[in-house]
Amino acid sequence: MLSIKNLHVSVGDKPILKGINLEIMPGEIHAIMGPNGSGKSTLSHILSGKAGYEVTEGSITYQGKNLLELPPEIRAREGIFLAFQYPVEIPGVSNIYLLKAALNSIRKHHGQPEVDAMDFLTLVKHKVKLLDMDEKFLYRAVNEGFSGGEKKRNEILQMAILEPALCILDETDSGLDIDALKIVSQGVNSLRSPERSFVMVTHYQRLLDYIKPDMVHVLAHGQIVKSGGPELALELEEKGYSWLENQVAA
Amino acid sequence: MAISTNPYLSVYRTLAPGLPGQHLPWLQNFRNTALEQFSAHGFPSPREEDWRYTNVSAIEKKLFSPKADAHFSAVDKTWLQSQLLADAWIAVLVNGHFCPELSNLDDLPAGTVISSMADALASAEASTIEQHLGLAVKNSEHNFIAFNSAWFSDGVYIRVPAKQVLSKPIQMVHVVTEADAMATTRSMVIIEDQAQAQVAELFYGTNPDNAYLTAAVTEVFLGANAELTSCKLQTESEKAYHFGGIYIRQARDARLTQHNFALGGLLARTDLQVDMGQGAECELNGLYLGVKRQHIDNHTRINHLHPYATSRQLYKGVLDGRARGVFQGRVVVAEQAQKTDSDMNNRNLLLSEDAEIDTKPQLEIYADDVKCGHGLTVGQLDEKSVFYLQSRGVDEETARNMLTFAFANEMVDKVGINNLHGLVLAQVLARFPQQGVDQDWL
Repeated sequence: MLSIKNLHVSVGDKPILKGINLEIMPGEIHAIMGPNGSGKSTLSHILSGKAGYEVTEGSITYQGKNLLELPPEIRAREGIFLAFQYPVEIPGVSNIYLLKAALNSIRKHHGQPEVDAMDFLTLVKHKVKLLDMDEKFLYRAVNEGFSGGEKKRNEILQMAILEPALCILDETDSGLDIDALKIVSQGVNSLRSPERSFVMVTHYQRLLDYIKPDMVHVLAHGQIVKSGGPELALELEEKGYSWLENQVAA
Repeated sequence: MAISTNPYLSVYRTLAPGLPGQHLPWLQNFRNTALEQFSAHGFPSPREEDWRYTNVSAIEKKLFSPKADAHFSAVDKTWLQSQLLADAWIAVLVNGHFCPELSNLDDLPAGTVISSMADALASAEASTIEQHLGLAVKNSEHNFIAFNSAWFSDGVYIRVPAKQVLSKPIQMVHVVTEADAMATTRSMVIIEDQAQAQVAELFYGTNPDNAYLTAAVTEVFLGANAELTSCKLQTESEKAYHFGGIYIRQARDARLTQHNFALGGLLARTDLQVDMGQGAECELNGLYLGVKRQHIDNHTRINHLHPYATSRQLYKGVLDGRARGVFQGRVVVAEQAQKTDSDMNNRNLLLSEDAEIDTKPQLEIYADDVKCGHGLTVGQLDEKSVFYLQSRGVDEETARNMLTFAFANEMVDKVGINNLHGLVLAQVLARFPQQGVDQDWL
């Protein structure tokens, strides 16, 4: 699904990622954990194609394609979805329109006809219920005036409708109370399938109580300093990050 | 009279005998005084503070001339029909003359008057006009006003009697069909105490290649507790010159919502002035779109003259190509206007390197217990928003168009008059700087 090899990324002259290696197979969930400033968000951004980063070395291959050559919208149409840490408010553009435009852009990319208006509405309403959202949200401007929790739910709603192959969750759990976290996790879990992979970037171990990862990676100073199974997350919860950070320094 | 070489003055001599209101000495006097003032200095010059950013000297050089024959037949009726509200009273002015055949003023409620200015001056309304003409705006305001006072060939006169609530909107349509024409109109809207009305004033040129001059002045009087929704949509031809002034007096507790869409013209200037009575409310919404070498100037002035009045103002501009926008918003709060609540905002989106905006919000506050704010932004699209849309599969160009249109559409969406909203939206889409803008986006 995704193969990251020796990835080095800089912002300006400052190196942020210093040789990341990561292999993700279809159906797997990989959690990326790490302290502030470790490069977690940069990794999410580079996968989704955000401007402002320079790849100085290494490669990212996604479904056999050189991902770094593709603009963000093509990545999206090829099945990569980024759930933003801070979803952007788009005044004037309605949520339902964006959902439809996004879905149709993906369908068009794959040579499929535009979605039927009635089928689309049925689909959307079903997913809205799944995420315990009010239908009114559909007709409001994208994220405008939404609470933090509502914005995160809206991201998962988009993900549920677009059915991407690779979901990147950038600190989706940050700022969520326990009830919202359960709903969001339920939404994510309902999307698990043998073909769909997830990269979950998180600061908090608690998310992993609700979404069980196959692998946990610890990112520190731009490198993966430790990888392991779900038990690694528990160890981090207990000991914090400092013992691993010191390893790098040593 | 001062000696002037202004070419318009010789035109005036041949024009004067044909202007409406010849039988009214007070009006002759009013016109003569205005002409004297215009003769002394001609059109406003960039040396005047309010005209610093807008040079109208081309109007003087071009010498537009009034059309004695109104050329009513030059208006394509099918096209006109497409621009009319489905259920409204319609007053159509062609090349500065009221056209009865194209208008529809049937079934007016008792006491409500809607007619051409020429007809009103020939009727019993003349004395009401005498009391109001030049009251909301003095000829000394600037010389476009003096020019208009001296030259106006017609206009629309509206009087809604006390407590009358009009059931449908009034639509004034200004059409210019002839090249080098000058359409100078003076209109008056009187909404008496506790009456309510909706008035839309639309400006069109039928031929995109025609250069012409529109010089329209409308004076509006709102009685105590009266309510008016006003909309001006200016979509003049690409080579046209437009001056349009709306001057509004609000008596106590009167409520005004004004929408101003400035889309057309090579050089277009709109003046909006509101004098507010005690407890009055006004909301001014504006949108200007500029492309190529368009110059679009909007001046607003709100005079808080009495206590407890509220004013809200939001003007947005989208400028592309080498277009230049001007926004000068001035709010004056008089010493006795305590408890004034005023807010003024101007937001601009510049789409090209060569587009320009000169914006100058001004607050002049002489009272000490007021709440007044103003805000101003000039910028480009938010790149975070562009990326967000891209990350959902929308290509970059569409994402940018979507965000630009959403920015502008906020002002279109404020138009509450049903069919008018569709009319305005269609014009905004037709004049939008970018191609491929889709109203289904929103």
